Amino acid sequence: MSGHHSDSEIAVRVRRLEERLIDAGLTSDEQLDGIIGQILSGSPANGARVVARAWVDPAFRGRLLADANQALGELDLSMSTGPQTQRFTVVENTPTVHNVLVCTLCSCYPIGLLGPSPSWYKSEAYRARVVREPRAVLAEFGLELPAETEIVVHDTSAESRHMVLPLRPEGTAGLGEADLSALVTREGLIGTAAV
Amino acid sequence: MTVTLHAMARVNDVGGQSGFGLIAVEPDEPPFHADWEARVYALNVAMLRQGVYNLDQFRDAIERMPPAEYLAASYYERWMAAVESLTAAAAPAPRADDD
Repeated sequence: MSGHHSDSEIAVRVRRLEERLIDAGLTSDEQLDGIIGQILSGSPANGARVVARAWVDPAFRGRLLADANQALGELDLSMSTGPQTQRFTVVENTPTVHNVLVCTLCSCYPIGLLGPSPSWYKSEAYRARVVREPRAVLAEFGLELPAETEIVVHDTSAESRHMVLPLRPEGTAGLGEADLSALVTREGLIGTAAV
Repeated sequence: MTVTLHAMARVNDVGGQSGFGLIAVEPDEPPFHADWEARVYALNVAMLRQGVYNLDQFRDAIERMPPAEYLAASYYERWMAAVESLTAAAAPAPRADDD
């Protein structure tokens, strides 16, 4: 994982950097611990809650698709755990259109709703390939889409974030919001899985 | 022979490129693979909050890494290199004879 350096070598370098920044009065141990706690509190369960609400409440779904930043506020959620909030767009899967997310330049991702991003999302292989051969990439993730399904790849940028609203699975008419949200996976919210 | 120069493309602009191989998925991957990764993440957020630099400067610092270094580095190694270079002025490294 760590390129050409050994982990212990890097750990020493990071500790020196940290000491230097604390000595300069730019941060503190408490602040750093707090920030780590914040990122670890982000979870796909948040995104799943949004999806379940949109499935059961058509009016909310309409507001979510029209202005996702605003709609998140109704659930007391934020797309970011960091210092900046970006424009947030929810893209809806339909029986004929499937959406999938990438950040070809780096790793933009709605951490507050999906939790820390997986390494594959940040990898050169995914970023390079999903825009060139999305159907093949999705098949590798186990998602075989019918040939007539259109695939839309959303390349996230520094100023915006996306999340996929998956199709509600068949046979779930009787389920309530909590049970529905339990069906939604992180990969479903990225678009590399159906739900 | 025609040579086309894409002056704006940097090493991170990999969308559509070939040769990076298969996508490696790690089942049940933890958020961070080592404590130092979490610390680098936190240091960067702290510096952004403190206004030592902004998010565009941070991205720029990663994107202008020499291509060979960029590709050899792991994700959080890139972050570390960026935080180191962007904080060099605000918090200078001690000189070797300071001890």
